[in-house]
Amino acid sequence: MIYIKDLYKSFGTLEVLKGVSCHVKEKEVVVVIGPSGSGKSTLLRCINKLEDATSGEITVDNIPLNGSATNLNKVREEVGMVFQRFNLFPHKTALGNITMAPMKVRKTAKAEVYEAALKLLNKVGLSDKADVYPDQLSGGQQQRVAIARALAMQPKIMLFDEPTSALDPEMVGEVLAVMKNLAREGMTMVVVSHEMGFAREVGDRVIFMDEGMIIEEGTPEQVFGSPQHQRTKAFLSKIL
Amino acid sequence: MRWEIIIDRIPILLQGALMTVELTVLAVGIGTVIGLFTSLFRISKFGLSRFLAATYIDFFRGTPLLAQIYLIYFGLPQLVGYVPNPWISGVAALSINSGAYIAEIFRAGIQSIDKGQMEASRSLGMSYGQAMRYVILPQAFKRIVPPLGNEFIAMLKDSSLVSVITLQELMLTGRTIVGSTYRPFEVYITVAVLYLVMTLSISRLIAFLERRLRTGDLH
Repeated sequence: MIYIKDLYKSFGTLEVLKGVSCHVKEKEVVVVIGPSGSGKSTLLRCINKLEDATSGEITVDNIPLNGSATNLNKVREEVGMVFQRFNLFPHKTALGNITMAPMKVRKTAKAEVYEAALKLLNKVGLSDKADVYPDQLSGGQQQRVAIARALAMQPKIMLFDEPTSALDPEMVGEVLAVMKNLAREGMTMVVVSHEMGFAREVGDRVIFMDEGMIIEEGTPEQVFGSPQHQRTKAFLSKIL
Repeated sequence: MRWEIIIDRIPILLQGALMTVELTVLAVGIGTVIGLFTSLFRISKFGLSRFLAATYIDFFRGTPLLAQIYLIYFGLPQLVGYVPNPWISGVAALSINSGAYIAEIFRAGIQSIDKGQMEASRSLGMSYGQAMRYVILPQAFKRIVPPLGNEFIAMLKDSSLVSVITLQELMLTGRTIVGSTYRPFEVYITVAVLYLVMTLSISRLIAFLERRLRTGDLH
């Protein structure tokens, strides 16, 4: 589904990604961990081109992202993204947030979009919040609406950029539950997160990044249970 | 003091005030359209459009409105060779001037919207234009109401400058009355009060709009 080869990314003189190569198979759930500033969010944002890679190749669903003929908007329609700070549209209700892109981008008929949106709200457990504006929702509820909004485009891949880091502890569970369901349904997911419980339970693979490089990858058991690299051990000892 | 000469001339003073309001509404209305598009050019990723927008804004904010009025009414006809119409020239000069200020108001409003809004829109497959239209601008509009109100008040006062090209708005009406009555104090204090009534009405209206927007919060 996603192939990344020799990816480099610099912001000015700061080199954030230093030659990252990896791939994500269909229906795979990959959890990316690492200290802050290690480049994991940047890697995620390169996959839907919110950041332009300095060099290297990225292919999403067999479409090369740096090809001049590539219609980025088409690629992004297939790649949903969930942000740390939700980024819901504050001037739209929960339902309005979910229905906007399918109507404006996919040009799907209104009745169809609304029916699908209500099903999605039900799926994330917020049927009663359809007409509520984001500022009246808790952080956990907002993030669940944001997940529903991304799913409304029926993407083939979902990217999660620290989806629970901005949440109060008691709300983390409800968001992770929605993500677990999604994983079980066979969604291809790349998740930047420090939720070890989530990684162990639904992650097929864990990637540990540090200083712009992939240091170690493997199944959650391998990476958490018997990390091979010194830096992985040092990082895990701090967060576990 | 001879206030009776004012009483007699209230109808023509009000007529002048009406033209002042017309000029202001037109200038800010057209200026808003110019300003919206100029601001989008100003923040575009294309260097040339950014340069053109910045040049326009710098020129019309950095030179006196009076010079701009003269340039459009007297200067351009010399080059292009048409008979200048005071009304069209006046509205054009005020609108173009106002557009430059409003462009900066829009730019500030657009740039005050969290960049996560654009990222979320783009990540959903929306084009830059769709994101602007459906997500960024609706939020920015609410934030620019107060500065747009200030621009309206400033333009109402600045519109007095088109009196130099014979437009019978409030200022020129006053000057004409002084010419025939030789009572500058009574006339100009009346003119000033009429301006004050208009600017105060606008600021009340803006305050009301702001309250309405705030009770609706960000929606």
